[in-house]
Amino acid sequence: MLLLVLWGVRSAHAQSPSDAGFLSILGELREASYPDKEAIIDRLSQTGHPSVRAVLTAFMEDRLFYRTAEKPEDQKIVIVKSTEGDPAVLDLIDPLTLKAAGTAPMDSLTGINTNNHLRQVLGTVVAHFALASPDASVRLEAVHNMMRSPDEATLKLLREQSGVETNARVRKEISMALALVALDDMNPQVRLEAVRTLRGSTGQDVRNRLALLMEKSADGKFAEPDDQVRAAATTAVKVIDQWRTFYSVIETLFFGLSLGSVLVLIAIGLAITFGVMGVINMAHGELMMLGAYTTYVVQTLMPGHIAISVLVAIPAAFIVSALTGIVIERTIIRFLYGRPLETLLATFGVSLILQQLVRSIFSALNKSVVTPEWMSGSLQINDALSITYNRLYIVIFTLLVFGAIMAVLKRTRLGLDIRAVSQNRSMARAMGIRSEWVDAMTFGLGSGIAGVAGVALSQLTNVGPNLGQSYIIDSFMVVVFGGVGNLWGALIGGMSMGIANKLLEPYSGAVLAKIFILIALILFIQAKPRGLFPQSGRSSGDN
Amino acid sequence: MKSRLMFVVALMLGAVGMLFTTKVSTAQQPTIKIGIMHALSGTMAISETTLKDTVLMLIEEQNKKGGLLGRKLEAVVVDPTSDWPKWTEKAAQLLERDKVAVVFGCWTSVSRKTVLPVFEKDNGLLFYPVQYEGEESSKNVIYTGAAPNQQAIPAVDYLMGKDVNVKRWVLEGTDYVYPQTTNKILKAYLLSKGVKEEDISVNYTPFGFSDWQSRVAAIKKFGSAGKKTAVVSTINGDANVPFYKELGNQKISAQDIPVIAFSVGEEELSGFDTKPLLGHLAAWNYFQSITTSPLNKAFIDQWHTYIKNPKRTTNDPMEAHYIGFNMWVKAVTKAGSVDVEKVLAALPGTTTPNLTGGTATLLPNHHITKPVFIGEIKADGQFNVVWKSTAPALVPGDAWSDYLPASKDLDADWVKLKCGNYNTVQKKCLSLTSK
Repeated sequence: MLLLVLWGVRSAHAQSPSDAGFLSILGELREASYPDKEAIIDRLSQTGHPSVRAVLTAFMEDRLFYRTAEKPEDQKIVIVKSTEGDPAVLDLIDPLTLKAAGTAPMDSLTGINTNNHLRQVLGTVVAHFALASPDASVRLEAVHNMMRSPDEATLKLLREQSGVETNARVRKEISMALALVALDDMNPQVRLEAVRTLRGSTGQDVRNRLALLMEKSADGKFAEPDDQVRAAATTAVKVIDQWRTFYSVIETLFFGLSLGSVLVLIAIGLAITFGVMGVINMAHGELMMLGAYTTYVVQTLMPGHIAISVLVAIPAAFIVSALTGIVIERTIIRFLYGRPLETLLATFGVSLILQQLVRSIFSALNKSVVTPEWMSGSLQINDALSITYNRLYIVIFTLLVFGAIMAVLKRTRLGLDIRAVSQNRSMARAMGIRSEWVDAMTFGLGSGIAGVAGVALSQLTNVGPNLGQSYIIDSFMVVVFGGVGNLWGALIGGMSMGIANKLLEPYSGAVLAKIFILIALILFIQAKPRGLFPQSGRSSGDN
Repeated sequence: MKSRLMFVVALMLGAVGMLFTTKVSTAQQPTIKIGIMHALSGTMAISETTLKDTVLMLIEEQNKKGGLLGRKLEAVVVDPTSDWPKWTEKAAQLLERDKVAVVFGCWTSVSRKTVLPVFEKDNGLLFYPVQYEGEESSKNVIYTGAAPNQQAIPAVDYLMGKDVNVKRWVLEGTDYVYPQTTNKILKAYLLSKGVKEEDISVNYTPFGFSDWQSRVAAIKKFGSAGKKTAVVSTINGDANVPFYKELGNQKISAQDIPVIAFSVGEEELSGFDTKPLLGHLAAWNYFQSITTSPLNKAFIDQWHTYIKNPKRTTNDPMEAHYIGFNMWVKAVTKAGSVDVEKVLAALPGTTTPNLTGGTATLLPNHHITKPVFIGEIKADGQFNVVWKSTAPALVPGDAWSDYLPASKDLDADWVKLKCGNYNTVQKKCLSLTSK
């Protein structure tokens, strides 16, 4: 009786043996070399301790630390919840209980380092746990990871999972994984079945594995002895190759569309100021730069809400750039109407002033604009085709902006005024339209759109004082190609230039592709000086 | 009339903005002028602004110690921008108008090549702090950054070694002299190691390139041929930011296709989210994370105090300026003069401690000895050293690559031969200048 009570007390106070063992293995990580660490990971996962998964995940993500101390017994291992926060107060987690364990400053902790090889090992180990995740995409990733180094335990796990898996994509992935292993089976019938399964894949690794079957070794024997299997593999490789070529064409077209939509976005504003008003605005690029900086400022003002800050930045950038544009129009450009050369030089001066202004305010260094989570990563359509989210959203965004401008020009009073003034100024004035006011508004609209384009550019490129300069030439090219004074011209022109550029790039390289486009444009302008969609109006010099 | 006025005002304001020259004056005595020539605007500002601050910090520290030869040091800072022709103008200004004793400057090789004739004509002294392509040794330049045999070749050796075992190579660079020459050397080296021609893909993009989607997709495709593939990146300047962003977006992980960079350090990484880049590599001769040396800890603290921001990073070219500055101070003290000829005579053989341990020695070919490190990017934007040079721990810089047929017989020696390109077969100096 007494013994029993004593035993109960002891077990309540002391750690259970598995806890102690787990901790001591974990402790070895502090001093271990990379090969030793690999062995320790193996031993840790064999303990079957409930916190193995959390510890190994933290290890993989560089969040496993030990307290810097003189005495070894004080060098306790801890998990840092997130290394993102304030480095002075990092939230700690106890590796054994997985409960919060207070906070500590970064400089009192020493990290336990990993390298690429270790992370791969960890990825496979953690994948075993991830297979039980309720999130299908996590399971898919897990199957992917496990197939890097398939062993008996992995295969057993995958077979079990394929029986209970509910998601069709994960099930397919598992069957592909198992088929890949089955290619090494003794029985040719099994191998043939595996090749047939793999035919439905589009993955490059599957294709490479199948192609290996047809390779001859030095003594003239094929890697795959069975003729039937080899024939099936040949067809499978052909089928996979066809699909991959097909998808790569789609991918190139999408790249072209996405480059094109950036070109359209930077050119629409110019199509209004240059096209409709006939003002050669060399400061157009700087108005985009202002939009990009507005995104940065908005993001700095709302640090906790990166996800929506980009959306808030769109109207903010429009207003900032539009106001700047109106100020430029009222103070400089309106005195120079009809003198294109002087407008060009004056606006060039303005562009230098604006560049120096941001240099003085924000420094000459680039600012880093954080890409929100929902714009990072890519939409994985299949093994051969994935589309990056940021590009996808920008294509959609461009179309929305284009639609909005068309609506303003065609459906609103302002739009009517703009069109009237651009077609015949004196007639419009005679009809009672305040042409000066319309000029300012038109320039403001064009500038505001440039600001909105700046928001998009901040997600793609560096936000710095020179951002505008690198895009100004492109935007003029699009407007001239599309036809001065025509928004549809800008849309079609930008998209076709983007696609042409991306079709050329794989063959000629980025530098030459750009040169080819420029030469083609010059030749085109020789043949059709007014661009794709010529239009009569004030700028065309018809009136 | 009014409009003309506006226009003139606009142009003048712009012009004032472009002429950006700062002078920092310290003492009444005749000072020793030190030129600092780094791009403070444009595509290279991301990397070079820090170097200007580093030299200013070193000068301030030296002045606190009482200056040099009893005189105070005075910094003359110019901003040649990232516009290459402007470098000639600024170099001439420093040497001819300000008559500086020494210049610390340049990052890109194109800027160095641009100012080289000016330095050789005016007999100036330039400390160049960045890893570069080699194939050069000028009487008037001290190269404190790595030559290819101190960075590129060991990096490729590491990737070919058993740890990573790379069989297929993408050499991706910015379109100018450093990546072109480095890639030429690397390609010759890889071919000499038995890598097949079809397993090497070389590609260049312009400065400030931002539309990486096709290139990254092409790399992904090249890397999926069933052989372990790595990217050797000589991409320079801010084009790196969208490049790594695109790698992250297209989910190319370091375990699949590692990217080893020669121009991306702690400073460049501080500009963006490093989580998708975990495990990608960089080869340098210094990492901030090597805190086993007390000198490095002290240097990091000094930098944080000077720049008043504990989050700022230190990097390899900063260490190169630290080494260069200390070597110059030692040589001036030894020569008892800031006269370029006397300092140049005193410089070879000068030693100064590295921040990460060991000693840097200035060799007769105007290059220095350096340790080599390879680091993997960690989630916090620092590097985790996975390899360092052991035999020898300090690699002597080689001005002329042994892997290019045009340069393998050349040797540089400014002590005995007084020549930057001595042909050891023909036994003659090809020319007195570096060309």
